[in-house]
Amino acid sequence: MTNLKMPKINKKMILNKKEIVQDFIKIVKKDNVLFDDAEVKPFETDALSAYKQKPMIVVLPETTGEVSKILSYCNKKRIKVVPRGAGTGLSGGALPLEDAVLVVLSKFNKILEIDFQNRCVVAQPGVTNLSITEAVQHKNFYYAPDPSSQIACSIGGNVAENSGGVHSLKYGTTTNNLLGLEVVLMDGTVCNLGGKTFDSEGYDIMGLFTGSEGLLGVVTKAIVKILKKPETVKATLIGFPTIEDGGNCVSEIIAKGIIPAGMEMMDKALIHATENFAKAGYPKNAESMLIVEVDGDPNEVEESIDRIKNIAKHNNCTSIKISKNEKERLKFWAGRKAAFPACGAMAPDYYCMDGTIPRGKLSEVLKEIQRLSKVYDLKVANAFHAGDGNLHPLIMFDSNDPKSLEKTEKFGADILKYCVKVGGVLTGEHGVGIEKRELMCEMFNNNDIQQQLKIKLALDPSSLLNPGKVYPILRKCAEEGRIHAHGSKSKFSSIPRF
Amino acid sequence: MEVNQNSQVSQDSSIRLPSDTKEVAKLIKKNYQSNSPIEIIGSGSKKNIGKPLQASTTISLSNLNGIIDYKPEELYIKVKAGTPLRIIEEELKKNKQFLAFDPIDFGHLFIGSSEQGTAGGAISTNLSGPRRFMSGSARDHILGFKGVNGKGEIIKSGGNVVKNVTGYDLSKLVTGAYGTLVVLTEITLKVLPLAESNETLVIHDLPLENGTEILSSAINYSNEISGAVFFPENAINIFKLNDLKQDGSITALRLEGSTKSRGRSVEKIVDNLSLTNKKISVLGQYQSDLFWDKVKNLEIFNNTKNSVLRIVIPPAECTNLIRRLKIHATKYYIDWAGSLIWVETDNLNKDILKEIRKKVYNASGYLTLIKSTSSLRSTEDVFTSEVIKFKIYEKIKKSFDPKRIINPGKMYIGI
Ligand SMILES: Cc1cc2nc3c(=O)[nH]c(=O)nc-3n(C[C@H](O)[C@H](O)[C@H](O)COP(=O)(O)OP(=O)(O)OC[C@H]3O[C@@H](n4cnc5c(N)ncnc54)[C@H](O)[C@@H]3O)c2cc1C
Repeated sequence: MTNLKMPKINKKMILNKKEIVQDFIKIVKKDNVLFDDAEVKPFETDALSAYKQKPMIVVLPETTGEVSKILSYCNKKRIKVVPRGAGTGLSGGALPLEDAVLVVLSKFNKILEIDFQNRCVVAQPGVTNLSITEAVQHKNFYYAPDPSSQIACSIGGNVAENSGGVHSLKYGTTTNNLLGLEVVLMDGTVCNLGGKTFDSEGYDIMGLFTGSEGLLGVVTKAIVKILKKPETVKATLIGFPTIEDGGNCVSEIIAKGIIPAGMEMMDKALIHATENFAKAGYPKNAESMLIVEVDGDPNEVEESIDRIKNIAKHNNCTSIKISKNEKERLKFWAGRKAAFPACGAMAPDYYCMDGTIPRGKLSEVLKEIQRLSKVYDLKVANAFHAGDGNLHPLIMFDSNDPKSLEKTEKFGADILKYCVKVGGVLTGEHGVGIEKRELMCEMFNNNDIQQQLKIKLALDPSSLLNPGKVYPILRKCAEEGRIHAHGSKSKFSSIPRF
Repeated sequence: MEVNQNSQVSQDSSIRLPSDTKEVAKLIKKNYQSNSPIEIIGSGSKKNIGKPLQASTTISLSNLNGIIDYKPEELYIKVKAGTPLRIIEEELKKNKQFLAFDPIDFGHLFIGSSEQGTAGGAISTNLSGPRRFMSGSARDHILGFKGVNGKGEIIKSGGNVVKNVTGYDLSKLVTGAYGTLVVLTEITLKVLPLAESNETLVIHDLPLENGTEILSSAINYSNEISGAVFFPENAINIFKLNDLKQDGSITALRLEGSTKSRGRSVEKIVDNLSLTNKKISVLGQYQSDLFWDKVKNLEIFNNTKNSVLRIVIPPAECTNLIRRLKIHATKYYIDWAGSLIWVETDNLNKDILKEIRKKVYNASGYLTLIKSTSSLRSTEDVFTSEVIKFKIYEKIKKSFDPKRIINPGKMYIGI
């Protein structure tokens, strides 16, 4: 992937840049159109920073009307468009293209309505995840999905990636916490989906858009559900002598009918990395560690904690700490939340992977990662949303050495393939983007991919919106094992590949 | 009739009974080639929801029956689409688990006795019971599927894990699509542990506005309340429960959790919502289970000859809307803590339906005509339709089923 292949560049389009800029200035404020090299440089990458490409033009709309006009203009002129929120995406979904307009939603960032009666917030796409909770916490409400990037990432980006967080185990990911969306299609059509009601009739277009990585439309408004803050929250910190014991404990907690609010696991490498960094009081002698958080009614919380303690003992734990107060609970989390910077302090660069596996396969997969780590001679530390099987291996490398990046990417791809092999998936919350594009065939056959592409073409017939992302460009998904393979290869030849 | 060699044909020769995905694909491919529409049914329990269909062929999925893979500790169950919900729920119960989206047993409404239908039917209709406001609906509980599109191609999406953003989330799209996009053949569902115990706090004789207020403050007070309904007076004779004798209105809240802490939780709610001077009773686990089954399964409308409407609204609109609709409601009740109103009406016609729909629309909600005469369902919209969304639906439909052969017109004319 290091030599990333992107859609063919339309050189003629770049020659028209001046004219396009002039036309945009008629649509948005002059200051909201950036086209100088120096001005567009800050937008050349998202959080998958190994890939950089300056966009032709950056435009920062502030209203739905502006977004609609921009898209309909680009659609008519056949100009490619890449949407971008805060640029914290980890799979390169917001990577610009040389001949594309980058539509940045960060200035489109007001909270439009706080509606406690209907328990929802109406927000523009550039509003950050955390500021939704901040807007309602005076009444003890909050917005449940809590990606670690929540100070920075935008709600529009969250919708596009269907982001999750450490509490997704109990409260779900973005898709389960949305009530409504306003989206603009590539032809400029503004469409309202859902509302302040639960579910909606007709096809679940809101569900389709959530997690579609900016390929189907631009999110211009989100109506999100808010929840009452739980009465009590307690966390336990449990150390284990082996990875197996930690993994078995996770499975047993779930099998015994407890759904914690969050259940995070870290391996020894990460315990050490974060302990040095955040001094959270983690058990340094443990091979694996769990943070199990329980919330709700105080009595119920106590009972669950007791049960979790017993299960942990049954699984040979070497240490258990239970948070005595809010300060201590936050301290438990401080290390986990510092996982990324802690790895950053250990090596020049780190690469964060994101596969999901069945919980029961945890120790098997971690062992394989350790084996691969030796094969590739690259250090790795593992964070894991253990409750829902979402694995985040952090591979440490040095991007100044081009071979190191290439090796890292191969290592990462091997991990993800292994996740699929044990019954899991390529990405749990960071999205496919450009990063896992060519791995899609590990999970899907040609029929599956073609059906998805047909939906894309139905809504964006010229494939102008975020091209080059999610769907394989280089590979054609293998057809073996398919039942109705005959002739279908040629049948779909009219459908372009992205 | 090459197809018949493989798939069984029932007594009624127009019903095909394929027994695996390949056979379904073969049948659809054949109809795709001959341009002939097909009606898809599970067990037929929800056949009368949606618009009446005219199709030369019916595919029943009742032979696609059985649990493929159930992993209690992984919280999922994978089933063939025609598997009866009863079988699935019994199996889950053995491991103290359940389907938290509360699939509704529509048998009571349509034939006056239980007929739960199949997993495929529950997913295709996305109509979820009382627990919805807390746990989400069917669309939040489907993890993946395999099925056949309108060209006879076998496709799949999703997987067996909850955290998954690999490609478009087609599982959401096929849920609630009434079989108009894909004929589902295999479905993976998320399962959750059953609470150890539950109790129901019933507050008697509240006027409508106080009832809805209590529903709302109860769920604002705690995320752990898993049922919140209001029945106006004279509606409760269906319950026949020892502890529910009065025929005034009832406002009911279900509290779940461990056996130990149950009693304390009820007391806390009573204190916190200042209910001490209200007439209250508490249903223990046995009666509570019966109560919520009856609520979920629309037993209040048992085998009615009248029409039944499902109205979903922002909860703050509930009381006012009911006041505006009252003249048309023979019976009604409020579920989902004020977000859902079920209405039975004995005088429904084209004009009244339009009038009600307009009122619901003005309250920012939507209305589904769940039960009515087939003539009304065929001439009027069963589902609310809007121009812009309709255009998108047309495109989506075409991308799955270009010749419109699977369940054509079941949701909307032209889709
Ligand atoms: C330190 C760190 C920690 C992280 N932790 C988590 C975590 O815990 N959980 C998690 O899920 N993710 C996490 N992420 C990933 C990232 O923050 C999320 O994917 C986030 O939702 C991206 O939001 P954004 O606004 O930055 O989007 P961007 O990066 O700008 O864009 C992401 C994708 O969404 C599209 N997009 C953005 N806005 C819109 C819009 N309005 N309409 C249509 N498409 C749009 C873009 O085209 C792109 O494909 C983390 C990232 C970092 C850097």
